[in-house]
Amino acid sequence: MSKYYSATEVATREYLHDLQSERLVKTVRSCYEHIPFYKKKLDEAGIKPEDIKSIDDITKLPFTIKQDLRDNYPFGLFAVPKEKLVRVHASSGTTGKQTVVGYTKNDIDVWSESTARALTAAGATRSDYIHISYGYGLFTGGLGLHYGAEKLGATAIPVSSGNTQRQVQILKDFGSNVLCCTPSYALHIGETIRQMGMDPKELPLRIGIFGAEPWSEKMREELENSLAIKAYDIYGLSEIAGPGVAYECCERNGMHVSEDYFYPEIVDPDTLEPLPDGEYGELVFTCIGKEALPLIRYRTRDIASISHEKCACGRTLVKMSKPKGRSDDMLIIRGVNVFPSQVEHVILTLGMEPNYQIIVDRINNLDTMTVKIEMSDTMFSDSVKKIEDSEKKIKAAMQTILGVSANISLVEPKTLPRFEGKAQRVIDNRKI
Amino acid sequence: MYIKQISIFVENKPGRLADITGILADNKIDIRALSIADTTDYGILRLIVNDPDTALEKLKAAGITSSITNVLAIGIPDEAGAFSDAIRTLSAKGINVEYAYAFITPEAGAAYVIIRVEDNDAAAEALKGTSIKLIGQQEIFNQSK
Repeated sequence: MSKYYSATEVATREYLHDLQSERLVKTVRSCYEHIPFYKKKLDEAGIKPEDIKSIDDITKLPFTIKQDLRDNYPFGLFAVPKEKLVRVHASSGTTGKQTVVGYTKNDIDVWSESTARALTAAGATRSDYIHISYGYGLFTGGLGLHYGAEKLGATAIPVSSGNTQRQVQILKDFGSNVLCCTPSYALHIGETIRQMGMDPKELPLRIGIFGAEPWSEKMREELENSLAIKAYDIYGLSEIAGPGVAYECCERNGMHVSEDYFYPEIVDPDTLEPLPDGEYGELVFTCIGKEALPLIRYRTRDIASISHEKCACGRTLVKMSKPKGRSDDMLIIRGVNVFPSQVEHVILTLGMEPNYQIIVDRINNLDTMTVKIEMSDTMFSDSVKKIEDSEKKIKAAMQTILGVSANISLVEPKTLPRFEGKAQRVIDNRKI
Repeated sequence: MYIKQISIFVENKPGRLADITGILADNKIDIRALSIADTTDYGILRLIVNDPDTALEKLKAAGITSSITNVLAIGIPDEAGAFSDAIRTLSAKGINVEYAYAFITPEAGAAYVIIRVEDNDAAAEALKGTSIKLIGQQEIFNQSK
């Protein structure tokens, strides 16, 4: 097995430029012909598909935002008829509406290739057992890594998330070599290994590929000590494909972007003007190798930088930094994207006043979210049971809309901060 | 023959109970009986006071979540098995006691218990003709003077 999965990873910049140009031209034409939303958008911007001649023309194109996916919910932005679709995934949306993404057979291949590249870059080979503890289902994490592992020819162990003691048993009994999950869950697994009286050093596990939530160099140290492994970051988002859009190599100083499929740009989030290498701004992707959902200049809201500096690993693919923040207020709780507006939506739907506060903590390496809500005359009762019933109702609604559980804490009225202008409702105590 | 009980939402944080009882003290509200139901995050303070309407008004004015609940006060003999008899009488009629709290009374040989039931009338009816008597709001305070 070679050090790279695809030859494109080490192709010359000229070759990449030509490939990207050819693919962008094709993508824009397809979007214009098959997606009414893009036809309208390009027409409004006065751009014809034939104006796009090379990848350098990408800055002429308009941006796409998450709201566009919501406005065209569920399948309005798909460029292919349903006979060509083979799968959909979805992530939670801000007002209960999910963001739905679709894949053709070819798209699944592109995505699998990307995760196979990520696995290879982290040192995994076809003789490894790949233990996948990302959730399987509408979330892209589980199936994304799973298909990559199979594409690589390794053995995928689709454990999915939860039941940590069983995870540890499988790590030991099956002899998993590579662990794929969120970094916080990995730390939790590490703790459980020790609680179960095992020494991580004695397990065959040697590589961890961690994503779906941001993590720092400090956390890398913790992960490596806790699990006796080498830890690698992986980046992705369902709108673009899923995990594997970018991934760390042995150098571990940035993530190589599979830019032959997902073309990255960094723009100023306010002016939307492109920013040069090394400068932090909003990360924008254009899908140039996808059929079902070829988003053009999709604004990820992640703040990162990119670098074309030559990497010692030999890959010529551009590298992106670890995202260092968001240009919106999205939170990532146990790998699930949560917007404060979703919490507000639940509160308003239940007929309560939108005075709330979201407290995020990391307890025993697991993210916890507590929503503080002010007690009201209508919710109050002399009976604990009735108040608890109201709490349960709120909790259930949060779980449904957010896709992740939240604790509810009732506080006295008028004790939560009030805001004029932009509200700061989130207190994130996590030290990542 | 109901008694007006004040129910108050109290967040579990230091000094909160002192603040609330302070408001009652400042307004010369006399507390005859109290109980606190507590959970991890908050408690419900339940009070029997001499002037529930004024108490509620003052608490609300201070921004405290509070309400008036009609409860029953029963007088039972101060002897073994008396409370059990009372509860069994209610239970035999299918009346569930959600919570109860007792308090001492200067009346010799009697104990007073506040009980919260879903249907006060049905409970009052069930106790009719037994040795258990219903106590009125004024009665509680007259006797305590």
